[in-house]
Amino acid sequence: MAIIETKNLTYIYPGGRKPSISDISIKVEKGEFVLITGPSGCGKTTLCRCFNGLIPHFYQGELKGEISVAEMDITKHQTHKMAKHVGLVFQNPENQLFALSIEKDVAFGLENLGLPREEIRKRVDWALKQTDIYDLRERSPHEVSGGQQQRVAIAAVLAMQPEIIVLDEPTSFLDPLSAEKIFEVIRELNKKLGITVVLVEHRLDLTAKYADHIIIMDEGKVCFDGDPREILGTEETRLIGVGIPKATLLFQMLKKEGINLSNVTPLSSEELATLLLEAFKNA
Amino acid sequence: MIEVEDVNFVYPNRVEALRDVSLVIKDGEFVAIMGQNGAGKTTLVKHFNGLLKPSKGVVRVDGVETTKTSVAALSRNTGFVFQNPDNQLFSETVEEEIAFALKNFGFEEEVIKKRISWALNLLGLTQYRETSPFLLSGGERKRVALASVLSWNPKTLILDEPTIGQDYQQKEKLRQFIVQMQAQGKTVIIVTHDVEFVAECSPRVLLMKEGRIVADGEGREILTTPEVLAQSSIVLPQIAQIFMKLAPLGLPKNVIDVYEAKEMVLKTLEKRRK
Repeated sequence: MAIIETKNLTYIYPGGRKPSISDISIKVEKGEFVLITGPSGCGKTTLCRCFNGLIPHFYQGELKGEISVAEMDITKHQTHKMAKHVGLVFQNPENQLFALSIEKDVAFGLENLGLPREEIRKRVDWALKQTDIYDLRERSPHEVSGGQQQRVAIAAVLAMQPEIIVLDEPTSFLDPLSAEKIFEVIRELNKKLGITVVLVEHRLDLTAKYADHIIIMDEGKVCFDGDPREILGTEETRLIGVGIPKATLLFQMLKKEGINLSNVTPLSSEELATLLLEAFKNA
Repeated sequence: MIEVEDVNFVYPNRVEALRDVSLVIKDGEFVAIMGQNGAGKTTLVKHFNGLLKPSKGVVRVDGVETTKTSVAALSRNTGFVFQNPDNQLFSETVEEEIAFALKNFGFEEEVIKKRISWALNLLGLTQYRETSPFLLSGGERKRVALASVLSWNPKTLILDEPTIGQDYQQKEKLRQFIVQMQAQGKTVIIVTHDVEFVAECSPRVLLMKEGRIVADGEGREILTTPEVLAQSSIVLPQIAQIFMKLAPLGLPKNVIDVYEAKEMVLKTLEKRRK
């Protein structure tokens, strides 16, 4: 049973001349880790805004087609009702932080769910620790760095433990090690708790290895949808501005020279290094 | 030329953001400042256009101490694009956004028109001339901020995290653009976490940690030294990671370029087959 399903979804922002997304038909299964990528301005963020009902409830505009998320028609449920099911982390963390302290920001959603005090305490502490900002909990979210703000936004969503987490370039301000750590936490939640993850990212070097499913968009449309190894293994994806991982690129370049290291396309440096070591030993 | 001599900087909340920093950036250099969040990278570059003044020590830009001139005067020669474009965008259309600084610097109407078209074209924004910057995507807004700074043709460009939110093609364009700026003799300073981007450009790399510069040298050397990178929370570029694992077989460690990597693998395979 698909947890997110869209049929011919098309949307135009108010005053927009052409659709930002058009004719999108996708299915995300429960428990999947989905990576959405594509050139800047291709409609990735717009699509994510549909997943929790920000489109059409907040942005208005014209939405056509069908979309169901967690078995609900989002056009018929207000965004705050969706919040229990879908957590969204935006590209720019400043857009979603507002409380006087980081701790309060993270607790806000839980208070609104009406959870018992101890449960809130437990979840907030857990989320703050997972994102490595426990020591900052009494600071104002507006006086910490961009990277730390991103952690706060992620913590706030983690604490809610929704069925689906949608993250729109959630670690762009973080240094690579911190970003990797956050992705590991998200991957763990995905594996252990079965939370469905939808991640929007340009940096496939960092993220391709986590994905079970990849969707590549261009000019508001889906142009590839399926298994990451199959899709990133094709030459075509590069043409529309998808920066495939360097390890995958090197694998492809070697293939062109007649050296086929494997039938399964590697997505990380570890995978390619293993294939190369084997090839050298057999040579 | 930018000269930094024994600079310390303490924020009003007593955070010591820079500690005994000394460095020289010559005209025409391409420098990437790397390091983990909170290492002091942005604080350092804000000293280059006088946005911040040292608590101790001296910063000189083209021989003039930044404490003895104004940010406005320094900005004419030093364009600064912030990490978060929303901090510098405020106009109703992209065109007005770019026109704003040009008007302030007193350019003539005709020149302003030409400069706007040039900058929009260079950054692939022509179609958004009449659009509000706030209707654009994060990556596009970042390019508007860059277009605005480029339009007045500063001698030095400081780009704080220029690759954030940029797709592969835009990054490639940015790389070519930096090469072009360098060919014109401009100094380009980027603050970045993007190891893959730095690996492709191979600039001089300054690595920062806790307000200090802990490494300064060729990108190729610094990005292939895991001990040095680890202390700054920087991961090795993928190609370097692969070659690190191949090193026991006698392959060189300091490879960061994918084309060089391909040649190296092909050569090694051939040698082993013989």
